[in-house]
Amino acid sequence: MKQQIELLMGNEAIGRGLIEAGCQIAAAYPGTPSTEILQAVIDHREQAEEPLHIEWSVNEKIAFEVALAASYTGKRSVAVMKQVGLNVAADPFMRTAYLGVKGGMLTIVADDPGPHSSQNEQDTRLFCLQARVPVLDPASPAEAKELVPLAFELSEKYEMNLVLRPTTRICHSRQNVERQKPLKLERGANFEKDPTRWAATPAFLPPLHRRLNAGLEEIAREPGLQPRLTKGDGSRPRVALVASGIACAHLVDLLDELGLSGRVDLFQVLMPYPLNPEFSARLRQDYSRVLVLEETYPVIELQLAHPGTVGKQDGAVPREGELAPDIIHRVLAAFLDLPAPPELPVQKRGQRPSLCPGCPHRAAFYSIRQCFPKGIFPSDIGCYTLGLNLGAVDTVHCMGACISQGVGFYQAYAQDGEFPTIVVTIGDSTFFHAGIPALINAVIQQARIIVVILDNATTAMTGGQPVPHLGLAADGRKTRAVAIEPLVRASGVDFLEICDPYDKPRFEKLLRQADNYIRGEQGGVAVLISRHGCIMDPAVRKAQPSWQVSVIESCVGCRRCVDAFECPALSMDSEQNIARINPDRCIGCGTCIPVCPVDAIVREETS
Amino acid sequence: MKQQIIVSGIGGQGVLFLTRVIAQAAVNRGLPVLTSETHGMAQRGGTVLSTIKVDNFASPLIRAGQADLGLLLWEENLSVHQTLIRPEGGLYLNAATAGPGERIDASAIARGLGNAVLANLVLLGLAVRKQALFCCVDECETAIRQLAPQKFARQNLEAFHQGLNHN
Repeated sequence: MKQQIELLMGNEAIGRGLIEAGCQIAAAYPGTPSTEILQAVIDHREQAEEPLHIEWSVNEKIAFEVALAASYTGKRSVAVMKQVGLNVAADPFMRTAYLGVKGGMLTIVADDPGPHSSQNEQDTRLFCLQARVPVLDPASPAEAKELVPLAFELSEKYEMNLVLRPTTRICHSRQNVERQKPLKLERGANFEKDPTRWAATPAFLPPLHRRLNAGLEEIAREPGLQPRLTKGDGSRPRVALVASGIACAHLVDLLDELGLSGRVDLFQVLMPYPLNPEFSARLRQDYSRVLVLEETYPVIELQLAHPGTVGKQDGAVPREGELAPDIIHRVLAAFLDLPAPPELPVQKRGQRPSLCPGCPHRAAFYSIRQCFPKGIFPSDIGCYTLGLNLGAVDTVHCMGACISQGVGFYQAYAQDGEFPTIVVTIGDSTFFHAGIPALINAVIQQARIIVVILDNATTAMTGGQPVPHLGLAADGRKTRAVAIEPLVRASGVDFLEICDPYDKPRFEKLLRQADNYIRGEQGGVAVLISRHGCIMDPAVRKAQPSWQVSVIESCVGCRRCVDAFECPALSMDSEQNIARINPDRCIGCGTCIPVCPVDAIVREETS
Repeated sequence: MKQQIIVSGIGGQGVLFLTRVIAQAAVNRGLPVLTSETHGMAQRGGTVLSTIKVDNFASPLIRAGQADLGLLLWEENLSVHQTLIRPEGGLYLNAATAGPGERIDASAIARGLGNAVLANLVLLGLAVRKQALFCCVDECETAIRQLAPQKFARQNLEAFHQGLNHN
């Protein structure tokens, strides 16, 4: 058995669990903290017993619909996304609750309490309560993996889509995890037509809704998913701790550290929705005071409706942010009348994230800012959000919002007369995800904006997943490439230019041309594709020239390279008041050279 | 032996790799282990922190003042992460200048080996030499061999040994 123990990241454990459970169709759109789940399915695909289709879909709605139809044929399928991805997939997700599934279907939605790399802290469990979809809340990577086959079985038993909801601290933790032999289900695709269900018109929906409600009542009593009790020694009667997800793991360690393990009744809730009504009744009867610890919203607490609840509703548990162990300590001490822990030292933030040295987006942002110092800069989700640091990103909302926001800004100003130059920046993956309909809308609404598509040929922020214009499938096989240019033209854009942002003079010339165009008589949307590969890709680094770049004595300490260009390889030597280049971080791209107003950044050719 | 370890640095310094090497050493010894890592946006050159908890724990996170040991690849992070380490806990830093904790200019050594990222394993070497970690030299070597891409294995082991033998 010993060789079957592996150290796996939570996401890898889940991905491995999908293969072991006989999942045959896996579709996802990358997003932190969920990304490595599909990557693990890709990495372990050789171990699958049966054919396995894996795809990076262009967005989450599409991933969900692909997995859904596959489930209609009786095969096991999964759609994987992060919490805000579920918003994109919300339309099919809500309807699926009513219509159900055939082959086991899981939606794995990774939440990000904190949040560490998301635009909000929304709780997928609450979304599931609204959608009437059962949701499982694992407390460790190993438990997340164990829940995958169980969830598939229940999905098939109740013909329901089930959600597995890990959080960042599960996704990006590593733990020793046990391997199982992948299942061989030997299922052929067999779609049984039933238009009254799969194409249900409103007339058919009330019975489907009834069926859903009955199913929820049953699954709430499933023995394998009931809250797990660790009994106390009776020294604290009529007091219970109820916890779910990683908060439960933090609590277990904390109780151990405080010498309270096995002293107070502790319930781990595995399925926060639907919560077994008998569990709620038992808590009301047997306990006077109940502390509920869950991330991020009071989902269990709302369903418990226990009059003695201490939790988010009365403010005893913080309503926002991660329930980190130190926070739980404070809450627990107050609840159990323990000595209050000392005040936590003020958390310092450390180094802020920034675009990598040599990142082509930095060069593009710098030029945009230079050309249009009074411009408005809507941007979007991805590495390029860090254009914030360069003052070249004014708004970031949700995937694909930037182009529509650009239109909104334009219309609001244009109705007053003059309008500022609006330069929208959007990454290539985001463009395919949600940018195309927005671009079409901008064209037909005759908005006069510049859209810069920051094309680095990858989904960089999440670690470099392939994009449609690359011609690569998820598993690395060749597929048809879908180019950006014809899509832009077909959307009705007449001004389209392509330029490497490393070529600063030409890039800026094109930006100015674009500005002239949008202000001309026939002006409309101007698109400039800023094209240079992501320098995280070693092949890109290798292919581009590299120089030894250094700062010479003529540096006047103006800080422009450090503040306005913000390359992390550049810093100020405050004693001598000159800029310095860190040789460990500099990649020798030379994009900082034209930034210096006194030509104090120079290069020598090395390779 | 229960041990709680933090590994601190900035994105791109190999914090995750160092974390995995230590955790793999625990797995190889048959010990339960939990780690947490920083991914996504924060990894783009920003401050990153990994935690490692060896033996019976349920949560991967470390509370303030509970870490037995800190390995810092970026000296400036001392003010950010020192509060996680117990007052009597071990502190090992990649730093060119003098200051608190055991220090080694791991970046300079790594640069000498041709790759600044190897500073992570140089620092590991120092900590192992000082017997600060639950694991020994052989166990670290095995873990490095398991995890390093084959063509870099020798270079990685060399970095580890430079840290081990540095005075």
